[in-house]
Amino acid sequence: MAAKHHRVGDQPWVRRILVGLALSITVILLVIPLVVIFYQALSAGWSTFTSNVLDEYTLHAIGLTLFVALLTVPLNLVFGTALAWSVTRFRFPGRKLLTTLIDIPFAVSPVVAGLLYLLLYGRNGWVGSWLGQYDIQLMFSWPGIVMVTVFVTSPFVARELIPLMQQQGSEEEEAGVVLGASGWRVFRKITLPNIKWALIYGVILTNARAVGEFGAVSVVSGNIRGQTNTLPLHVELLYQDYNIVGAFASASLLAGIAILTLIAKAFVEWRQSRPEQPAPEKGGV
Amino acid sequence: MSITIENISKRFGGFTALDNVSLDIPEGKLTALLGPSGSGKTTLLRIIAGLESSDAGRILFGGDDVSDLHVRDRNIGFVFQHYALFKHLTVAQNIAFGLESLPRRQRPPKTEIRERVNKLLEMIQLPDLANRYPTQLSGGQKQRVALARAMATKPRILLLDEPFGALDAKVRKDLRRWLRALHDEFHFTSIFVTHDQEEALELSDQVVVMSHGQVEQVNEPAALYARPESRFVFDFLGHVNVLEGNLKNQKLTQGDAWVSLPSVQGDQEAQLYMRPHEVQLARSPSAHARLPLRIESVSLIGSEVRIELQPEGWHSTELWEIGMSHNEFAHQAPARGDLWYAVPDIGHLFTNGRNQPRTVDWHYPTSATAHP
Repeated sequence: MAAKHHRVGDQPWVRRILVGLALSITVILLVIPLVVIFYQALSAGWSTFTSNVLDEYTLHAIGLTLFVALLTVPLNLVFGTALAWSVTRFRFPGRKLLTTLIDIPFAVSPVVAGLLYLLLYGRNGWVGSWLGQYDIQLMFSWPGIVMVTVFVTSPFVARELIPLMQQQGSEEEEAGVVLGASGWRVFRKITLPNIKWALIYGVILTNARAVGEFGAVSVVSGNIRGQTNTLPLHVELLYQDYNIVGAFASASLLAGIAILTLIAKAFVEWRQSRPEQPAPEKGGV
Repeated sequence: MSITIENISKRFGGFTALDNVSLDIPEGKLTALLGPSGSGKTTLLRIIAGLESSDAGRILFGGDDVSDLHVRDRNIGFVFQHYALFKHLTVAQNIAFGLESLPRRQRPPKTEIRERVNKLLEMIQLPDLANRYPTQLSGGQKQRVALARAMATKPRILLLDEPFGALDAKVRKDLRRWLRALHDEFHFTSIFVTHDQEEALELSDQVVVMSHGQVEQVNEPAALYARPESRFVFDFLGHVNVLEGNLKNQKLTQGDAWVSLPSVQGDQEAQLYMRPHEVQLARSPSAHARLPLRIESVSLIGSEVRIELQPEGWHSTELWEIGMSHNEFAHQAPARGDLWYAVPDIGHLFTNGRNQPRTVDWHYPTSATAHP
């Protein structure tokens, strides 16, 4: 029997135990909670679910969450692309340091990030007190929520682009410039098609995190119902109000977004792994 | 359009890539920049193109200073080592890219662009591949498309960075011949970078040998091979057999080996360089040289039999290599392990402290003079 199995770790019992372990952990920690969310949300019937979702404050929370994501994603798209471009295409002192600094939002706890913003931009903070003289309030209102969300999600796009752009090098872009193309034309016709799928992937991750961010947002939002309450914060508020079904209804919305994100992510990964062979552009030569 | 390079210097951090290089590239000629890696040849090409800036010096195209002109406006064709084709565009779209990038007023109408692309596809002998994507092409085909793309805007200068470096031997030879024919037809001023001596000598009208950021020698291929002006050029261009020894009483000696050098004065250390075709093999020493060598290997493939030999009773850092016609080989039948004697016809003597050789010809001893 042993002679039949040459590969390392290919004994049947090792395989069975490992696969079984992985599957049970996945089911216990991931699948069951996900199912429970929807089960609880719908436990009091469909009409209760819809009335919970269509509740005035819930609708406002959904709106604010989408609004924050709508501002965060384009901001980080531009920021991430510019950052990836500068560290992969230029040589300058501090380049290595910058590549490391990109990861700060990953390394630091979101709550700490929220506190930092509060100390800096809050009414008594360095920048906040100065802004206060002009009657500009960033914290405990939506600009603060956008700011911390941008901070927390800033690495996603750059992290996707940097390895890809490093691997692709700049020869194609140089070829474009030699052929007389303007900087904008080089970016639009050469760089962008080459990084398109990585960019979309980065946007999907940014969006997922922007919608789901809790820690940093909870510090700077002030939890004002109907004003600065995002969907994740709303879930917590409802739960604290002992409105379990309502909390789960809102949570099920977030879970739904997460599932959509996973589907989109799988699709983009599949597109990225395919060999480059796009359909011919219409009107091409 | 001729190219003039004036006192170009370039440093990358602590590394000097180009050290005060001046050079004239004649109009309508195919010039090779030849050198080992790190000699600065690619950097020089990129500075001519405008892809890299120089720390000092000027570049002139046909007498006009283009040092401050952007790459985009220099109107050159550039062929990259790894082709750099646009992956997401078809062959035809790749070739049309330069024409479509022209400012609106100079841009030809769509039908004319299409016509021009078709003509270029004919020229590179790939008319059926217009709608293919680069990933669907072989290396040789990619390189042809890269050439067509570079030539689409009719540049007067064509720069090629190791154009055949990534291709296998057979395709490389075909493409070389094809590029030469193309050049003879269109007569643009071309510069190509290579580290392959054979390629440089075979393909170009003029070879620029570079090492350590400096120009070692500029000459036509035949003259360059026959009269290298420095040890570096000698070593770099093909194999060379070296006898290193002491020069005394017009005789260069090392161990059991010696060569008499009539008309060479002075007692000092010296090296005698000989090309494989400048030396013959004999069963016994001649009157002017005794160079015992044992046959190490015999290579029969090629127009000539190539014999590698190990010095016997003296030293050489590299094996000696001597050519023999197949006819002679059949008569003489040298075999591995035999002891033979090298008999030089022509040698090039480097004495210590001098970088320029003096040529010694034993058949015509009176002509044994240093080159001007």
